[in-house]
Amino acid sequence: MSAALTIKSLSKIYANNFYALKGIDLSVEQGDFFALLGSNGAGKTTAIGIICGLLNKTQGDIQILGLNQNTYVNDIKRLIGLMPQEFNFNLFEPIEEILINQAGYYGISRTDAKVQTEILLKKMQLWDKRTDMAKSLSGGMKRRLMLARALVHQPKILILDEPTAGVDVEIRRSMWSYLKELNRSGVTIILTTHYLEEAESLCRNIAILNEGKVVEQTSMKKLLAKVSHQVLILESLSVLPDNIEQAQFSCERLDDYSLQVTLEVSINITDVLQSLSKQGISVEHIRSTQNRLETLFLNLTNKAV
Amino acid sequence: MWIAYKTIVIKEILRFSRIWVQTIFPPIITTLLYLLIFGGLMGQRIGLMQGVDYLHFIIPGVILMTVIQNSYANTVASFFLAKFNRSIEEILVSPVPYWVILLGYVSGGVARGSVVGMGVFFTVLLFVDFEIYSISITLMIFLLTAILFSLAGFINAVFAQSFDDISIVPTFILMPMIYLGGMFYSVEILPESWQIVSQFNPIYYMVDSFRLGLLGVSTVDFTISLSMLLAMIVILVTMSLYLLKKGVNIRA
Repeated sequence: MSAALTIKSLSKIYANNFYALKGIDLSVEQGDFFALLGSNGAGKTTAIGIICGLLNKTQGDIQILGLNQNTYVNDIKRLIGLMPQEFNFNLFEPIEEILINQAGYYGISRTDAKVQTEILLKKMQLWDKRTDMAKSLSGGMKRRLMLARALVHQPKILILDEPTAGVDVEIRRSMWSYLKELNRSGVTIILTTHYLEEAESLCRNIAILNEGKVVEQTSMKKLLAKVSHQVLILESLSVLPDNIEQAQFSCERLDDYSLQVTLEVSINITDVLQSLSKQGISVEHIRSTQNRLETLFLNLTNKAV
Repeated sequence: MWIAYKTIVIKEILRFSRIWVQTIFPPIITTLLYLLIFGGLMGQRIGLMQGVDYLHFIIPGVILMTVIQNSYANTVASFFLAKFNRSIEEILVSPVPYWVILLGYVSGGVARGSVVGMGVFFTVLLFVDFEIYSISITLMIFLLTAILFSLAGFINAVFAQSFDDISIVPTFILMPMIYLGGMFYSVEILPESWQIVSQFNPIYYMVDSFRLGLLGVSTVDFTISLSMLLAMIVILVTMSLYLLKKGVNIRA
């Protein structure tokens, strides 16, 4: 079975001589839920733009489901649905029309497009607003509109560039659940996001881009296994003693009630709690300072996301 | 292909129809004013022009001016706005061939040029007795002019980087060309040197042959005008397709 996406030695140099992609290689299997992470300016949006035909590549080769982009440019476009990072629809067009027109560009008749539009707008909780102009939508609604638009021609590969930016928690969770449902139905999903928690909970495989290069491509499981330690904040019910015995972990007193504990991932948190309890410290609340993927990401890119 | 083409055309027609107060209504009012002031009031003092009374003489030019302006305005505004708000990406990510994109936008321009041009024509008929000399020549020039200026508007939109860029050409190039293209006068009344200069103005040929179609009078051989019009269309189509394929200002 051919891969959903294969990229070989892809380079992009913009007219201002900015080297956005420096010969990246990438492979995404069919049916995968794939995360493409990188800090701002790492080249994620450039790579997506080239895959979708919005940008010209400088060099390299792209294959979608075994079809070479140089030869089958329009066939490839039928297979991909793109939800871009920036809003890119006419704000003065009714929502329903935006979807029907998009379907039309893919050769779907107006009658069929209307059926598909109704299904998607209901799914995105936008059906009541179907006759409103796009400008009247909130930021989160605009994102959902773009997701619906990306799906209107029922693509086999869905590319999502920051899909949940500006979306509230409740809607974000429902979008995640819908994306998982789509993925289960066989749609390959490639996702870029700044919410690393999102990538960790949704994606099975991951690539990390840094300054135009792929610095890591592996499964999420393997990547997370590389995490050597975790940092936790423990909140105590009573004032912490001045000296704390540190046998299996290191700790730093943040204030009278808070303790930052750094421990190897192999150490069981229960052992730490027992050790503290023996010293008269009763822990009321535990929280993680950063998620595991974030730790790795920062190590690999030496940047904040 | 057909569905994609139809989608672009319907979208374009809905776009200018939604804002009919800006797009369709004003040219009809302007035309009536032209006819009232130049044709009705001043025309009686001017007398005959190419053997036709002045009111009738300016009607072809006035109609063609609205066709030129509206065809041009539609494609330049629509395509530039699509670039500006990035909604052009909706088409670029889809499998619509470049020639269908061009055909769709040009058809939108032709539709607006035709609606406004016909609107002006029928408004004129309410006030002026008129008998068309040749319907086929009239329709042919009407349509080809709309196509040509839709193409010109499209090319302007491709190159435009700001809103200023889409108003500079119509104001400083198109408008003088229209007024100096024999819309209000016969080129025969100009000094010989200016008659030669007029021959380099493509709009002169269009107005002249449109006048032939409507009134039966002209100063240039119709086949020359038609050939010129067709040649310019071929050049602009080639240029537009090249720009789209290269992705000039739409694909970095």
